[in-house]
Amino acid sequence: MTRRAGKRAVPDPAAFPTRPYDLVKEFTIALVVVALLTAGLAAVFSSPDVKPVTLASWSRADGADFTATAVSELGGTSGTAQYGPPYNHTPGAAQKLGPVGLQSAAGVRVPVDTANDFVLRPLRNAPEPPAVSAGLAAWTAAPAARRQAWTSAYSDALAKAGGGAPAKGDYGPVPVLIARLLGLARSGALDGELQAEGKFYQTDYTRPLLFLSDGSYLESRARAEHLGGDQWGMMNETGNYPGQAWLWLYTFWYQIEPFKSSGNADALIWGLMALLSLGLMLVPFIPGVRSVPRWTRVHRLIWRTYYREQAVERNSQE
Amino acid sequence: MTGHAHSVERVLSPPIDLNGTGRYVHWGVVQLSVANLVVIGVMLVVFVAALLLPFPRGRGRR
Amino acid sequence: MSEVGGGWTGAVRRRAVRALPPDKLLPDTQPAYMASWIYVFGVLTVAALIVVLLTGGVLALKGPAWWHVSGTGTYVNGLHLWSVELFMFFMVIHLWGKFFMAAWRGRRALTWVTGAVCFFASIGTAFTGYLVQQNFDSQWIAGQAKDGLNSVGIGAFFNVLDFGQMLMWHIVLLPFALGLLTVWHILLVRLRGIVPPIDAAPDPAEGPTQEAAQ
Repeated sequence: MTRRAGKRAVPDPAAFPTRPYDLVKEFTIALVVVALLTAGLAAVFSSPDVKPVTLASWSRADGADFTATAVSELGGTSGTAQYGPPYNHTPGAAQKLGPVGLQSAAGVRVPVDTANDFVLRPLRNAPEPPAVSAGLAAWTAAPAARRQAWTSAYSDALAKAGGGAPAKGDYGPVPVLIARLLGLARSGALDGELQAEGKFYQTDYTRPLLFLSDGSYLESRARAEHLGGDQWGMMNETGNYPGQAWLWLYTFWYQIEPFKSSGNADALIWGLMALLSLGLMLVPFIPGVRSVPRWTRVHRLIWRTYYREQAVERNSQE
Repeated sequence: MTGHAHSVERVLSPPIDLNGTGRYVHWGVVQLSVANLVVIGVMLVVFVAALLLPFPRGRGRR
Repeated sequence: MSEVGGGWTGAVRRRAVRALPPDKLLPDTQPAYMASWIYVFGVLTVAALIVVLLTGGVLALKGPAWWHVSGTGTYVNGLHLWSVELFMFFMVIHLWGKFFMAAWRGRRALTWVTGAVCFFASIGTAFTGYLVQQNFDSQWIAGQAKDGLNSVGIGAFFNVLDFGQMLMWHIVLLPFALGLLTVWHILLVRLRGIVPPIDAAPDPAEGPTQEAAQ
């Protein structure tokens, strides 16, 4: 660091008069105070614990939303199906930070094939009623364009029916397959199937969480708790608990333009926050910012005893 | 055992329930939960108090 | 202690003792200008970190699902949550205080930098903690956070939807990193001593310059 002319070097603390100060005692008192405060706050307020949503609870509470989501997973039109990296290759889906496409560069490392992973494999792994076996065979035999026509027609019919029974149409085996999936979900079997994927031990919830996130049920629950991205949700918590208030700046950017309506909002805000974080780290080296403490004069308050004594000594010498 | 567990749970159940519908304040683009507002407010108060309150003096200089 | 010999061990010891002799590492006096309550927020942050680690340790003893089914577990989870709230509370006040003291002056820039990195590591650690609560909160936070992380390529390697991976980060990697950073930060504070007031001069005859009043 170079200093402006006239600004003296910061002296060694050892060159100043000292006072006795017991660091170990200070630390012990601090530890006791914090422990007591923690014990008190936990006793008075406890901690939030809203039960998780399962595929079973979702499909029971909002069968229409589950059905519509399942059709979009089968037809490849869901949020996850068209997400792009790291889940799948969807042209143009990846976000960019100006010319830099870090999302694409990282590649597809958590591959998810929504039709197979969320619908077809669970159906095949469960006991198959004859109609479902026939439906799966018909689906497999059909060309891609045919499948697409079935799922999109069924999606439209479901949307038009608004939760009721859809009008008759050419949906191929889709209604049979999806109705079976709904049955499996309601029984709780789908939770296990998506989770285990033929393994026994499993700690990865990527697939069931992606499926849940594609529906609108989870989001409507979250919005009711003020957790939506456009509700400053990142710093909020369920109920009346304080949340991650330290994320205020990160969540703030999502509330304003140009980020609010940008398709690259996540990448732009990540880039901005990375820059600002670097700025905080490098405050000592940033001209202007590093001089703010001198200008604000809060330091005159912190070291008021020292400055007062200095003034007294100076006056007595004059 | 069950009775004991229940009594432990009763003793440990919080007197103030923060579950239920959260309260929020809206101020233009700003939406803030009352809980976060309280935490941030207390933080500012404690910061200002730390600046203003006199610190106990040592037992003399050396 | 000999001035030479002892191989690498002796060399390391001599260097460590030269840099931080015992009475510099654990002094029983402080400069007289250290007279403000703002100074206690660093030690309060360390104390809160210790309570966070201990209560997290109790949760680890019983496993991640315990606190959902046990009244005692719920209380311990409450201790963990509120100690984290206090930790962040004290750390942010400590940060404000050190900023207004321009505490990076006098070859203390690295102390500031390690402190800032501690702050970011704490945010990451708290975030992974929210992800492994195994409740609605975790589900929603994971679903939202994946978009941010994926958009810059991090999500391909750091999968917030993978509970096992996040639990390991939360209870092993990040606390270890934060612990090391904290020790480094505190040693730097002891190494350089607490920063003198802005424009302070050790010789009272000189006094603060006119610059202080600018």
